[in-house]
Amino acid sequence: MDAMIATFLIQDGVTSGAIYALLGLALVLVFSVTRVIFIPQGEFVAYGALTLALLDSAKVPATISLLVFFGAIAFVLDLWSMRRGTDGRTFLRSVGLNLVLPGAIYGLTTVLAPLDLPSFVKALLTIMIIAPMGLYIYRIAYRPLADASVLVLLICSVGVHLAMMGLGLVFFGAEGLRAQPLSNANYTMGMLMVPAQSLWIYGATIGIMIALYVFFERTLLGKALRATAVNRLGARLVGVRTQLTGVTAFMLAATIGAVSGVLIGPITTIYYDTGFLIGLKGFVAAIIGGLASFPITAIAAIAVGLIEAFASFFASSYKEVIVFGLIIPVLVWLSLNNAFHEEE
Amino acid sequence: MNIQRLLPGLTGIAFLVVIPVLPVPPFWITVLNNIGLASLVTIGLVLLTGVGGLTSFGQAAFCGFGAYTTAVLATNYGISPWLTLPLSVIVGGVVAMPLGLITVRLSGHFLPLGTIAWGLSLYYLFGKIDMLGRYDGITGIPPIELAGYRFLSDGAIYYLIWFFVIAVAIGARNLLDSRTGRGIRALRGGGQAAEAFGVNIVRAKLIVFVFAAVVAALSGWLYAHMQRNVNPTPFGLSMGIEYLLMAVVGGSGHVWGAIFGSGLVIILKELLQRFLPSLIGTTTNFEMIVFGILLVVILQLARDGLWPFILKILPKRPPKPIPTSNQKLPKRTLALAGSPLIKVEKARKAFGGLVAVNDVSFEVPAGRIVGLIGPNGAGKSTTFNLITGIASLTSGSVFYQGQRLSGDSPRHIARHGIARTFQHAKILPDMSVLENVALGAHLRGSAGVFKSFLHVERDEEATLLAEAAHQLERVGLGEYANRPAGDLALGQIRILEIARALAADPTVLLLDEPAAGLRHGEKQELANLLKKLREEGVAVLLVEHDMGFVMGLVDHLVVLDFGTLIAEGKPAEVRKHPAVIAAYLGGAA
Repeated sequence: MDAMIATFLIQDGVTSGAIYALLGLALVLVFSVTRVIFIPQGEFVAYGALTLALLDSAKVPATISLLVFFGAIAFVLDLWSMRRGTDGRTFLRSVGLNLVLPGAIYGLTTVLAPLDLPSFVKALLTIMIIAPMGLYIYRIAYRPLADASVLVLLICSVGVHLAMMGLGLVFFGAEGLRAQPLSNANYTMGMLMVPAQSLWIYGATIGIMIALYVFFERTLLGKALRATAVNRLGARLVGVRTQLTGVTAFMLAATIGAVSGVLIGPITTIYYDTGFLIGLKGFVAAIIGGLASFPITAIAAIAVGLIEAFASFFASSYKEVIVFGLIIPVLVWLSLNNAFHEEE
Repeated sequence: MNIQRLLPGLTGIAFLVVIPVLPVPPFWITVLNNIGLASLVTIGLVLLTGVGGLTSFGQAAFCGFGAYTTAVLATNYGISPWLTLPLSVIVGGVVAMPLGLITVRLSGHFLPLGTIAWGLSLYYLFGKIDMLGRYDGITGIPPIELAGYRFLSDGAIYYLIWFFVIAVAIGARNLLDSRTGRGIRALRGGGQAAEAFGVNIVRAKLIVFVFAAVVAALSGWLYAHMQRNVNPTPFGLSMGIEYLLMAVVGGSGHVWGAIFGSGLVIILKELLQRFLPSLIGTTTNFEMIVFGILLVVILQLARDGLWPFILKILPKRPPKPIPTSNQKLPKRTLALAGSPLIKVEKARKAFGGLVAVNDVSFEVPAGRIVGLIGPNGAGKSTTFNLITGIASLTSGSVFYQGQRLSGDSPRHIARHGIARTFQHAKILPDMSVLENVALGAHLRGSAGVFKSFLHVERDEEATLLAEAAHQLERVGLGEYANRPAGDLALGQIRILEIARALAADPTVLLLDEPAAGLRHGEKQELANLLKKLREEGVAVLLVEHDMGFVMGLVDHLVVLDFGTLIAEGKPAEVRKHPAVIAAYLGGAA
């Protein structure tokens, strides 16, 4: 291996590491606020990438039907919980959130999709389609289980993952798709050629990290999220609506998932089930961060990307074995340093 | 044996025996075979996840070890499948041992994540190894042969599969209904109470982990010889998830529920694969969506699975008679009254900057009742935890008959005959009152996994249960023996904890607020019981807030305030001690 290959591997590793970092951050966010280990995070990536790829070929992505479908289920569940009477405002909000919003996005997409849009608009449209899914998934699967144990929520996540992956197969088919990059430009830095897409990835990762930092440090909702993360009951007692924080966390996670999908779609072929593996690598990073620390997660994600890049060079067939095997010593170390208290 | 108890089981077995003889389409025999194979894995998972509380997504990998072991040995080396059976099972167990040692140490939600990680790694590993045929797998595996008869058809291997399912299910139930099983069932409650009575928690976890792996490997062995070829697909994470789904659907705490859950999921899968494509018009595996939704719905609506609903329909089984035994458990010889048993020397416990117990020294002699009192937050329960090894000393030491205890684990300390109750009662609500008490007698028995699995330890078990029943009678809870412990009132639960401690044949009894929640008459009875124990020579250390109860009972009082010993002596003296009055009523400093 010479310096040339090493630089390529590093560049490759940092690029995928940046994506893993985004996903890792979303997982930490969801876990700390809702105690949900959000296995389906990767599905949003696949949905995002595949939606963008379909928009690229001027097709109407099936994800909008899925969005309307999710909204309808959420609405039915809302109706069910309102069966013993409700006030007009709650009802209208439910109609607006679960029926009007997905309907509007559906309409907008059907109008826009056949037009030859600039790639940036297509990316935004994709994010708009995917992000509300987080809201509905929370409403449908997790809200009824808000008081369940972490383990029950984890098993529930696995169920959601299976269902979403299966739906992905129905709507996108088994064929892989590749989206067009946001920009086709390439920049040369010394002997290194940096495609503009990589710069987009670095930029988006750093941008989202800064945005999250500002959100958590400077806004009331962000502080409410942090309060919920530290102590759910306590936050509730001082008036934080923990359901609202839950919804927010899931929306953010879905948004981050969609952004990751938009970013990664053009650099690799995405299949309906690719998201799961990408998401799991974000997981490895999130777990190294103890499902709690944002900065450690980000650094660990870059490390995972690098290890993966080098492993695929030196022992390509054992790439996955190495990346997932890596997590076990970390888990042991975390368990030793994190004695759980029984009295909880 | 009571025929009424066995009736549902015998009906089930008769049903299974008859099916292949009836004109059932071969398709359904194949389905039943698959159900049997999945049931084996799910039974292991029920013990591991439902009973032991260790959620595993990686069980399918152990099937892989079983299947590949026999596939390689029988195909490449021509070894008879009957010889590879023990080898397959052993390989499953041997792999599970180190993996389990790591996995069971993972805490909380890290554990299932760990199983996902190794489940995935092992799947990829199966697909990369040349000897295992990479992703193509191994074909041409010979069928099982018995006295010249080759188990070629689905109908032939059917009986073999279901023989193993029934045997493993009965063995699993035997195991749970035993001394070892009580230790396993205690894991879910966190295991702290079980550990205080000498159960080796890590070992109990490892036992269920290896058990689950071994039965999964057995399922893999059967699978290899039924299918006659193996490849990595059925040993991946998605199969592992499916097994967990089966356990959750069945009701993750019930052995028979495992078979029920496997049956339901597999039949559902077959139906979906048959009918859904014609309905929707594609051939992709849709069952994923249905399974995912099913998992979420079951968790939302019936978190204990569907088996409890079946149990309601089935005729109620009469309760087991309380065993009697003419053998008596050996008792410890108690030390001479007045000789020092427990000696606490300058015990100190600091949580960061907070000193919860500040260089406290006192003694608990045999045949005496010592009261440990003080306002809330004085460090009384922490002192208990220091003596019983649940918390570690920052400095100082604790001795039992001159032997140093500090640094030992709770279960080693329990061996000396130091038994305790907890301030926040730690009972196992789903277990019967009798079994909860029998957990206390854990160290007085010795039967291990194999004896329990085969139920050849019934004599010892009867002695243990008889002892538990005796202690229950003694504290006045005899009539509740067969009720789930969770049904008891709070005061009764405290008394249950005392019975459990007595079942350990203690030399020292540590009671943390035993009278809280008791009515006046019950307190009187408790006081009489403690006085009797004192006469027998047991040393009692008592934390209690009811001063009337304490003052009339104890020989010696130790008063703590903010972690510091402020007074000790006879109750009458302590009562007049100015520091004590100041601590309780407040006073001019």
